[in-house]
Amino acid sequence: MTTIQQIAGQDEQHPDVALVAQVRAGDVSAYDTLVRKYERQIFRIAQHITQNREDAEDVMQDAFLKAYQKLDQFQGNSKFYTWLVRIAVNESLMRLRKRRTGKMVSIDEDLETEEGTVPRDLADWAPDPEQNYTQSELGQILEKTIKGLPPGFKVVFELRDVQGLSTEDTAEALGLSIPAVKSRLLRARLQLRERLSRYFHKKPGSRHAGPRVARAES
Amino acid sequence: MTCTEFIALLDDIIDDSIAAETKAEVEKHMHKCGHCEVVFNTTRKTIEIYRSHQIYDLPNDLRDRLHAAIMARCKKGC
Repeated sequence: MTTIQQIAGQDEQHPDVALVAQVRAGDVSAYDTLVRKYERQIFRIAQHITQNREDAEDVMQDAFLKAYQKLDQFQGNSKFYTWLVRIAVNESLMRLRKRRTGKMVSIDEDLETEEGTVPRDLADWAPDPEQNYTQSELGQILEKTIKGLPPGFKVVFELRDVQGLSTEDTAEALGLSIPAVKSRLLRARLQLRERLSRYFHKKPGSRHAGPRVARAES
Repeated sequence: MTCTEFIALLDDIIDDSIAAETKAEVEKHMHKCGHCEVVFNTTRKTIEIYRSHQIYDLPNDLRDRLHAAIMARCKKGC
């Protein structure tokens, strides 16, 4: 799979730089290229945070329109995609606040808890456990599993592990420190693993194994 | 190396960004601790599954519709 890291790598001559310059010079078709390149990823981030399809559609449109309007404020010292993600995350959080009637929502939410830092389910998984499910069943399991994580965990996991951004770019896009990104990533990975375990346990003769719990040594 | 120390290094182990001498200790620990080996393998598998079965994919018709709406507004100056 091609990741964003591969698309938006560390090259000095990043193709986005030229496209942004063309847009600034009045070439709207160059913006068309940028939108097409990143719309799927922005939609996924919005969907992770808002958990609502219509909101994600609105956020995606608003984020690209806001980026277009504010393009003059874009500093060349960050990547266009990280700047765009930051706009999309802010738009998503605003949308979520509206839905929760003004309740404060942030990427720092739920950080006080130590939940998920100690693995508890230590039973092994079946080999290629995802093959015991249809594509549609698997999609539902993956959505259901990630849904319960705090927004900051989901977005860090999406950017780092699914889209392949570096820790540094993820930190910049989310306005977080590098240790904060690392801490969220570890917890997101461990919590997802823990939650997926109930579906993927090794259990001969059964497609859907039930949860088994064991305690870590220490 | 204890299990707690292993878990603290888990991300670096998965991302293969640990020093050679630490790597040797990690491998030694995994060899004798089946639980940590399971945690390592299943965490790596978790990432792999989420990466290869991307959720919240934008269907092509919706993508085209949203794309057209964005570009129409940009052309009008938003």
